[in-house]
Amino acid sequence: MKRKLLGALAAIGALGLPLVAAAATAPESDWRRPWGLNLPRGVTELSQDVYTLHMLVFWIVCIIGVLVFGGIFYSVWKFRKSQGAVPAKWHHSTTVEVVWTVIPFLILLFIAVPATQTMIKIDDTSDYDMTVKVTGYQWMWEYEYLDEDVAFFSRLDRDSDRARQRNPDVRPQDVEHYLIDVDNPLVVPVNTRIRFLITANDVIHAWWVPELGWKKDAIPGFINEAWAEIQEPGTYRGQCAELCGRDHGFMPIVVVALAQEDYEQWLQEQREENGVVATDDAEEADVETAVLEEVDPDELMQVGRQVYDNQCIACHQAEGQGMATFPGLAGSDRVMDDDDWVIDVVVNGVSGTAMTAFGPRLDDRELAGVLTYIRNAWGNEAEPIQPADVRDAR
Amino acid sequence: MSATSHDTHHDDHHDHGPPPGITRWLFTTNHKDLGVLYMVFALIMFFVGGAMAMVIRAELFQPGLNLVDPHFFNQMTTMHALVMIFGAVMPAFTGLANWLVPIQIGAPDMALPRVNNWAFWLLPAGFVLLLLTLFLPGGAPAGGWTMYPPLILQLGDAFPFLIFAVHILGISSIMGSINIVATILNLRAPGMTLMKMPLFVWAWLITAFLIVAVMPVLAGAVTMLLTDQYFGTSFFNAAGGGDPVLFQHIFWFFGHPEVYILILPAFGIVSAIIPTFARKPLFGYSSMVYATASIAFLSFIVWGHHMFSVGMPLSGQLFFMYATMLVAVPTGVKIFNWMATMWQGSMTFETPMLFAIAFVILFTIGGLSGVMLALAPVDLQYHDTYFVVAHFHYVLVTGAIFSIMAAVYYWLPKWTGNMYDERLGQWHFWLSTISVNVLFFPQHFLGLAGMPRRIPDYALQFTDFNMISSIGGFVFGLSQLIFVWVIIKCVRGGEKASDQVWEGAKGLEWTLPSPAPYHTFEQPPVVK
Ligand SMILES: [Cu+2]
Repeated sequence: MKRKLLGALAAIGALGLPLVAAAATAPESDWRRPWGLNLPRGVTELSQDVYTLHMLVFWIVCIIGVLVFGGIFYSVWKFRKSQGAVPAKWHHSTTVEVVWTVIPFLILLFIAVPATQTMIKIDDTSDYDMTVKVTGYQWMWEYEYLDEDVAFFSRLDRDSDRARQRNPDVRPQDVEHYLIDVDNPLVVPVNTRIRFLITANDVIHAWWVPELGWKKDAIPGFINEAWAEIQEPGTYRGQCAELCGRDHGFMPIVVVALAQEDYEQWLQEQREENGVVATDDAEEADVETAVLEEVDPDELMQVGRQVYDNQCIACHQAEGQGMATFPGLAGSDRVMDDDDWVIDVVVNGVSGTAMTAFGPRLDDRELAGVLTYIRNAWGNEAEPIQPADVRDAR
Repeated sequence: MSATSHDTHHDDHHDHGPPPGITRWLFTTNHKDLGVLYMVFALIMFFVGGAMAMVIRAELFQPGLNLVDPHFFNQMTTMHALVMIFGAVMPAFTGLANWLVPIQIGAPDMALPRVNNWAFWLLPAGFVLLLLTLFLPGGAPAGGWTMYPPLILQLGDAFPFLIFAVHILGISSIMGSINIVATILNLRAPGMTLMKMPLFVWAWLITAFLIVAVMPVLAGAVTMLLTDQYFGTSFFNAAGGGDPVLFQHIFWFFGHPEVYILILPAFGIVSAIIPTFARKPLFGYSSMVYATASIAFLSFIVWGHHMFSVGMPLSGQLFFMYATMLVAVPTGVKIFNWMATMWQGSMTFETPMLFAIAFVILFTIGGLSGVMLALAPVDLQYHDTYFVVAHFHYVLVTGAIFSIMAAVYYWLPKWTGNMYDERLGQWHFWLSTISVNVLFFPQHFLGLAGMPRRIPDYALQFTDFNMISSIGGFVFGLSQLIFVWVIIKCVRGGEKASDQVWEGAKGLEWTLPSPAPYHTFEQPPVVK
C-alpha cells in the first residue's frame, strides 16, 4: 500500500510537468514592459549567474509543487466518502517518513552548491578598475567618482515629479519613464569592473538596479561594498528598495552604460562644465548667472510650494504648524523677520538636529522659492527671498 | 444558567454559571469567556487592519497619487502589519488556545485564571494607545512595522505611544503564554501523557515557549529606541558610536521566531481537522511533534536571512542561508504527513475541511517561495520587493488566517451548540479562496519584475497586475462580511449540534455536550 502511494506520487509528477513548463515560460523581453513576469537576465556576469540560479530553484519548486498538489487533488478526487471510499487504518510508516525527510535534504544540498558559488562571487569586491561612491539622502542619490573630481546629485526627473503630485497637471500615463527617470543619471563605462561604495546620509536606503543583479543597503555610518561589470551599453533603471520615509517611492536610480571612449568624453565634459556638479564649486560656475536674475514672487511661491510639499512637509506639516520637536513655521516672527538667519538655517542646516543642509540638494531658485514660500504661506507675510540672496549665503 | 444545566451529571457540588451583564466579561476568569473575548477582539482588529489594507490597495489601483498622501500611505502599511500581527492573528490563536487547550487535555480551566483576565484586558489598552496615534499630529508610525532606526526616530508624537503599545502587547502575550505552558504542563488529565496530547496543544506549548523567549527581546530593542530618542543614548546612532544594524539583528532575533509564532498553532489546527474529515488517524503523529520542535529550534538561528542585503560577512551570509534552507525539511515532513493522512481516507468537504485543504496547498506555495528566498544570492534580487510581500501573505493570510477560519467553522458548533450555515460557509470559502489568489498571486510577478514594496505609487509597467491585485483585495475584503454573518447567525440559533458534531471527530472536547458547559472537567476524565 505504501509502495502504491509512492508510485502514484511519481505518476502525478510526470503528468504535471509539461503543464508547468507551458505556464511558466516567461520571455526575457517582458522586463520593463507591462505584464512583466520574471527577473531580468541582466547585463552583468553576476546578474546572469543570479538569474540562472533563480530559474534552477524556480523549476525545482515547481516540480515539488506539482507533486504535492497532484497528490492532494488525486486524494480529493479518489478518496471521497461520496464515492464509497472506506478509510484505511494505517497512520505510520518509518520508510516513507525517512524517504521524504532525506530526499528534500538532498535537493537542498543540490541547490546549495551553485548558491554558495554565486554568493562567493558576489562578495568578492577585489580587483576593481574604478570606484563610485553612492550616498542615499531623503530623497535622492549622490554619486561621487572617486579620484575623478566628479560628483553630483541624482533626483526624480521633473516630469515624473509633476505627475506624481496629487491633482497633477500631467497624467502619470503621459510621462514616458514615470518614476523611473532622473535628472542626472549615473554614467559608467562598459566592460569595466566598477566598485560601488554605498552609504547614506540620513536614514537607511537601498541601492537596487535589477539588471546589475543585486541590491545593497545604504546605511548611515557604514560603507557597504558591491561590484558590477556591465557588458552592454544601455540605460538600466532601478529604485530605492528600503523604506526611507515619505518619498521612498520617488528616488529612482538610472545607470547609463557607455562605451569606454564615450564615457571618457562624458567625464571630460563633466569636469569642464561642472554644471551638474553640486555646489562645493558653485563660485566657479559663474556661467550660470541666469538663475540670479530677479524672479517674480508668484513664481517663487509656486516653486517653493512644490519644494515644501516634497522636502519639508513630513516634519513641518501641511499648515506649517510643525510637530513635536519640529518647530512650527506659521506665525514665527523669526522666520519672517530674520532674513539672514532663516536663509542660513535652510542652506546650511542646524547641526545636531534633524534639519539637514538643503544647500547641496537644491539650486538657488528652489531655495529662494521655498524660503519665500514659508515666509508667505499660512498667513505669514514677508519680503520674497531672491536667488541672489541665497547665493550670497552659500 | 440554562447552559450549565446539562453539566450536573459529573458535578456533585454547587454548580454556578456566569454572572449577568457586563461584569461577566470585565472580571471573568473563565477560560471560555476569555477565549470568546480574545476571538471577538481579533475579529474586530481583523477588520480594522483590513480597512487599512483596502486603503493601500485602493491607492495602488492605478499609477499616480490618487487618494492619500505618501506619508499617510506609509502609516497604513505600518499599522496594517502591526494590527494584523499583534491584534488579529496572535489574539485569535490565543483565544483558540483559551477555549480549546483545557478541554483538549481534560483540565477544568487555565492554570492561572486571573493572569488570563489581565493578559486579555491589556490588549485593548495597548491597541487604544496604538490606534490613537492615527489622530496625533504627525500621524501614526510610518517607518514600517520593523521600526528600523534611524527612520523610526523621525516619528513625531506617536513615537512614545508606539513603544509603550509594543511593551503592553508584549506583556500581554508573555502572560498569556506562561499561562498556556503552566496549564499544559500541570493540568493534564490522568493518562494524558505528553505524547497523547492533540497536536494543537503541542503546537501551542512550543509556540508559548517561543513567545516567552523572544517578546522580551523585542521589548529590549524598542526600549533602546526610546532611550536613543529621549535620553541621549546612541545604541543605534552611528554618529554617537552606535550601530543602526544592531537594531536589525535584535529585531529579527525576535522577528523570525515571531513568524513561526504566527504559524505553528495553524499546523496544530490543520492536524486536527484533516483526520476528522478524512476519517483516518493523523499520519506520523510523533514526527509531527518533532518537526514542530525542529522548526521552533531553527527559528532562532535564521534571523540573518532578513538581512542579506544589509552587508554581512560572507560566512554569515552562508550560515544563515544554510540554516534557512534546513527549515524546508521539517516543514516538508508536515505537508507530506497531511497528504498521507488524506491518502486512502474517506473524505467529506465541509467548510472546515475546505479551508484546511486550501491551507495545505496555499501555505505550500508560500513555503516554496520561501525556499527561493532562502538563497542569499537571489534574495539580493527578491528582497524588499513584492515577491516578498506575496510570499509572506501566502503564509500569513492563506496560512495563519485560513487556519483560524477553519478552526472557527470546526469548533463553532461545540462553542454555540448550533451548526453554522453550511451553504454560507461554502460561499465564504470559495469567494475567499479565489479572491485571495487574485490578490496575492500577481504580486509574485510584480516583485520579480522589479516593484519594490512599501511604495505608494509605481512605474507604469506595473499597472495591470496592481489593478488585478486590488480587485482581488476588494473582493476578499467584502467576502469576510459573510464570515461575520455566519458567526452571528450560528450564535443566534440553528440546527442543534450533537456532542460529537463531526462523524470523524476524536478527542476529549467532543465528549462534552454542545455547547460546552460553562465549567467542564471539574472531575478529570481518565484518558486510556
Ligand atoms: Cu531611499
